[in-house]
Amino acid sequence: MALDLSRFQTTGSATCFHDRHIGAQIYAGLNGSNWHLADYQARGGYQALRKILGVDGGEPMTQDQVIAEVKGSGLRGRGGAGFPTGLKWSFMPRAFPGQKYLVCNSDEGEPGTCKDRDILMYNPHIVIEGMAIAAYAMGISVGYNYIHGEIFEVYDRFEAALEEARAAGLLGDNILGSKHSFQLHAFHGFGAYICGEETALLESLEGKKGQPRFKPPFPASFGLYGKPTTINNTETFAAVPWIIRNGGQAYLECGKPNNGGTKIYSMVGDVERPGNYEIPMGTPFSKLLELAGGVKGGKKLKAVIPGGSSAPVLPAHIMMECTMDYDSIAKAGSMLGSGAVIVMDETRCMVKSLERLAYFYAHESCGQCTPCREGTGWLHRLVHRVEHGEGRADDLALLDNVAENIMGRTICALGDAAAMPVRGMLKHFRDEFVHHVDHKTCTVPSYV
Amino acid sequence: MMTDTVTHQTPPVAPLSEATQARFAREVAKYPKDQAQSAVMACLSIVQQEQGWVSTEAEAAIAAYLGMPAMAVHEVTTFYNMYNQQPVGKFKLNVCTNLPCQLRNGQGALEHLCKSLNVEDGGTTADGLFTVAKCECLGACADAPVMLVNDRQMLSYMSNDKLDEMLALMRAEAGKAA
Repeated sequence: MALDLSRFQTTGSATCFHDRHIGAQIYAGLNGSNWHLADYQARGGYQALRKILGVDGGEPMTQDQVIAEVKGSGLRGRGGAGFPTGLKWSFMPRAFPGQKYLVCNSDEGEPGTCKDRDILMYNPHIVIEGMAIAAYAMGISVGYNYIHGEIFEVYDRFEAALEEARAAGLLGDNILGSKHSFQLHAFHGFGAYICGEETALLESLEGKKGQPRFKPPFPASFGLYGKPTTINNTETFAAVPWIIRNGGQAYLECGKPNNGGTKIYSMVGDVERPGNYEIPMGTPFSKLLELAGGVKGGKKLKAVIPGGSSAPVLPAHIMMECTMDYDSIAKAGSMLGSGAVIVMDETRCMVKSLERLAYFYAHESCGQCTPCREGTGWLHRLVHRVEHGEGRADDLALLDNVAENIMGRTICALGDAAAMPVRGMLKHFRDEFVHHVDHKTCTVPSYV
Repeated sequence: MMTDTVTHQTPPVAPLSEATQARFAREVAKYPKDQAQSAVMACLSIVQQEQGWVSTEAEAAIAAYLGMPAMAVHEVTTFYNMYNQQPVGKFKLNVCTNLPCQLRNGQGALEHLCKSLNVEDGGTTADGLFTVAKCECLGACADAPVMLVNDRQMLSYMSNDKLDEMLALMRAEAGKAA
């Protein structure tokens, strides 16, 4: 397109290059123009890869040593599930004689989340290095980075970074003269939330509809093209170089026990300064809210969806007591998920908010499992009529019932992801739903 | 007994230019030799970029190129949200209205565009210049209101003033081309 629209494009200064990170590892020292290989190397980039390969004279690390460091770091999957990364890596059959694959899940489409975009756009080599290290640890020679189709410019940026890495001998055959070979390629989606689910992503990568597979078998035994495959989130891979350079113990100490390291949170919705904030695991939510400038317009905090739209909502008084880590948020009855923090102020109607989310899940259900395909549409129709003053006396019981009958009855987690917001809203804000049904109006009618 | 009266016609295959084939080849090279189908999503998006949409003929050409059934290509076209199954305006504008964006005027941005262009959500202007539609999460929630232009360019912090400015630029561009 000849038309220059660059004046409307983000520079990243509001979301990434601000001075309100705490102990940043992944976003440290970025400014938008220093994404190139030479810049990354000047920040200590690729030292971890050189270290494990022993190319600077030291002893190479063994595969077991690399995995042990990652296990010791307490790093848990940053895509949403929070599964221990080192443990996942240890599931790969290292002696498997055939091809194995490594996949990066950059299909960042969980509403509220925009952290991986900034990593890939402004620090792409940290992901490449993390993947090259992971590939070494698991004896994998081919990898793909599956990038959200909506961020095409990020896909182009990653392709450019791959070219730089290949030209410098950091990817390809016999990396830096070692015996480790790793070919890495970029793949783009084209608009399907479901492909963030790892087995749907694999189907999509095989050139098919992104419909999730039954598990087991898990990808570690039957993954891409039926071969053993490990899939990690972008931010997970991005954490690996620091761990190898500084040691797993040092990473663990950045956070809190069982919740190692730093984590990037996307602060979105009703905050003064929406953006990404990289802070140590276990930082109080109140501190994170303060970094984001507090609630927009000085209004009162009403509710927070702490881990992307699939996480159950928490009311302000519970959220303000939480620290930002997997265990604290789980104990409060929600989940840390992808680290997207959707903040809602006192003027927000929970029925209207849930209606939009319910529409989303109905729209994005892949249609494979009946409880999800039919149930997500049903949930949306119910919330829609409650919101529009047509709610019936037994609709809330019906909502409970439909949500309960989706939970745990589908192949993948999208069904649960659609049901959990409904259950969370009805648990904490039932009064608002009752008010809509009884009075056919909203308690906070100013919400547009 | 019913007889099958439906005639199964093989759709005509649109020829692919050498430049297009070179772009396809670059994608196919990423995958194992027997897994060319992995390139189907990239090939479809290339065709859409070049032709504006994905026609049945284009699907058939991609199928022939990748050695897969045309129906398997069509399954992909119809499953993913961003493939245009019919021609769209010169500028396809997708505005995210999911909850995080809605909290920062995403819905308002969509409505402003629809009103300015006198189209419904999902519609194309009579002059064929603009298609406007809401979309799901673009993964740029902190930049809301956020939108996508012709699948490949993301615009951030789109206030109504900026939307007006953008539309004026696009109209001027179209005027130049005409």
